[in-house]
Amino acid sequence: MITDVASSPPRRRTRRRGGGLLPSPGWGYLMIAPALVGLVALYVWPFLTTFGKSFMDVPAFGPGTFTGVDNYTELLGDERFWQALRNSALYTAILLLGLPVAVVLAALIEQVSRGRAGYRVLFFLPVVTLPVAVSMVWRFIYNGDFGLLNYVLSRLGVDGQYWVADATFTIWAVGVVGIWMSLGINLIILGAGLQSIPPDLYEASALDGAGRVRQFFRITLPLLSPSLFLVTVLTVISALQMFDLIFVMLRSVNNTALADSKTIVYLFYEKAFVEFDQGYAAAIAIVLLMVIMVATLVQFRLQRRWVFYD
Amino acid sequence: MRHGKRWAAAAAVLVTLAATGCGGAGGDGKVTLSYATWSDDQKPAMEAIAKAFEEKHPGIDVQVQVLPWPEYWSTLQVGAAGRTAPDAFWMLADQFPAYAKGNQLLDITDAVKTAGVDLAAYPKAVLDLYDVDGKLFGLPKDFDTNGIWFNKALFDKAGVAYPNENWTWDDARAAARKLTNPAAGVWGIAAPLDRQGGYYNSIYQAGGRVIGADGRAAIDSPEAISGLEFWTQLHADGSSPTLKQLSDTEAVQMFMDQKVAMYFSGSFWAQRLYGDQALRPHVGVAPLPKAKQRATMISGILNAGYAGTKHPKELAEFLIFASGRDAAVIQARSGAVLPAYRDTQQGWLDAMPEFNLKVFVDAVDYAVPLPIAGDAAKWTGLESQYLAPAWEGKQPAAEAARAYNKAINEVLAQ
Repeated sequence: MITDVASSPPRRRTRRRGGGLLPSPGWGYLMIAPALVGLVALYVWPFLTTFGKSFMDVPAFGPGTFTGVDNYTELLGDERFWQALRNSALYTAILLLGLPVAVVLAALIEQVSRGRAGYRVLFFLPVVTLPVAVSMVWRFIYNGDFGLLNYVLSRLGVDGQYWVADATFTIWAVGVVGIWMSLGINLIILGAGLQSIPPDLYEASALDGAGRVRQFFRITLPLLSPSLFLVTVLTVISALQMFDLIFVMLRSVNNTALADSKTIVYLFYEKAFVEFDQGYAAAIAIVLLMVIMVATLVQFRLQRRWVFYD
Repeated sequence: MRHGKRWAAAAAVLVTLAATGCGGAGGDGKVTLSYATWSDDQKPAMEAIAKAFEEKHPGIDVQVQVLPWPEYWSTLQVGAAGRTAPDAFWMLADQFPAYAKGNQLLDITDAVKTAGVDLAAYPKAVLDLYDVDGKLFGLPKDFDTNGIWFNKALFDKAGVAYPNENWTWDDARAAARKLTNPAAGVWGIAAPLDRQGGYYNSIYQAGGRVIGADGRAAIDSPEAISGLEFWTQLHADGSSPTLKQLSDTEAVQMFMDQKVAMYFSGSFWAQRLYGDQALRPHVGVAPLPKAKQRATMISGILNAGYAGTKHPKELAEFLIFASGRDAAVIQARSGAVLPAYRDTQQGWLDAMPEFNLKVFVDAVDYAVPLPIAGDAAKWTGLESQYLAPAWEGKQPAAEAARAYNKAINEVLAQ
């Protein structure tokens, strides 16, 4: 592109200004420099140093010593790492369970003739609310003794639980909050997907005698599948990186469930910033990157079977 | 991805905070020192100290920054590694070894000597916490000891005599049982899994130690185990809310809600409890109960400086001032904390005359420095995993102690 512009005969506009607006390919690089510098400084360089550190024993301060793959072998033998990976996987699965909810809600919102924007705003609010504030509110809702959830359950005759203090429930409790918080974004993407479905398809199928349910499964779902695929990929990536909800909702001096509820990024945080074990933390980050890459790759492979592009 | 972005944004904020903390000479030739703390409660006192210092040193400008507690240590670490750490900051004993070993702290030994600071003015146990081969990397700002915070109204209602200085473990346990009233939702005591305010004290009261003289874990000795059993028995008696309850609602909140009659903890709660008008008239203070002997943990914050500062001379002057007598008097008057400097504590006692706070000052006589060894953050992080089963009654304290002891030694051996 850049060379094309440079080698094409000078246009009148540039000639009139005298100097030539695009004298060399260098200009092009200069134009993208701000973005490039940001990318290198904030992503590429940190990635390279993290990758390097993952093969070193790095103390809290000062240079590290090269230890080969020690961090990785220790990681693979660390039960706490596998548990964190299982927790992250469970959390991701729970968030994926929330996707059908998002599809149904998006379809319902499209049916609304008045105040559609109002509904979207309501569902979008959690997305733009501070996660820490959201987590604090949910901490109160989940409180075992005074929480709103247990109060409602008690009125229904169901025994309450210590949702965020009992390792049986923690990931599920946090997962519900995760679904609720990501609903807004998902509804926007799915809503846009729904609006791109030509209405005449519904009219034609109605003439052929298809009911609402049949239309949903035969028209809406296949034509929505590209949006659904995008939402699925984004959900898996963000869910595997979940940290803040555990950090705010479970961190308490006496939360004995925390030890069994750490996600992979929480473990990373603890290793890097609490225990000062940066090499080990770097290895965790690299493994997480690989997990996310594999998960995304697999999804792109699988999409051929279910995503419908017209 | 959104979570990732949030995390990245949080990191960016941290870096910015740290960056703004970097000291530098102002345009008018003034030297600017930043002073990082984590307590909003203490901000007014810290600013008053900064102002008092500036009056004596017109060429120096001290800026107090309050960082939220969860981010304080990651900010400091990232800042130190990136050479943008604040000039002066609060340091805690369990974090101290990593910073001292990593040469991140300004050595003020000579400056202290030149200034003629009398080290005997500080509690020896607190100085010992921060001792590295006789070098000084700061001076104590304040200290805290533990006592029994109790609710007189709940004691009166249950017809139980208030705790006094002769109380033994048996007295405490019996009182906790009598005070517990499930129908009213009241427990005799809060027995959280708490090192500093809880089981470390009872381990030393029983004559045990957390880290032995040989530098290895000693939490599996018969004495230490009986120190743990003091707490597990309170749970077995049903005299305390369960750990799950204490996780959802922290012990100090339970005490403030008047749901627990006793809470063994530090002097640092005084201001918050005093600030609660409804609670204030009911609060009493007594020394911790004794077993074989009297003991309480003592800890304290160190005013430390960053080795990479641009103004080491001015920084050393500020650190000495911030831990000196004048600053101590300002802190005491604010009521926020017990200042470390000798004979300045009266102001703190006078700030809250209704509370019998002298208990915490007298406790210095039998105080033991908080046990710190090796990678303390790492092995204390395992505490809940190993000891919670004993607190929850799923495992005998002796078994839990042996398993935890082994885990501590593994960390210390690394």
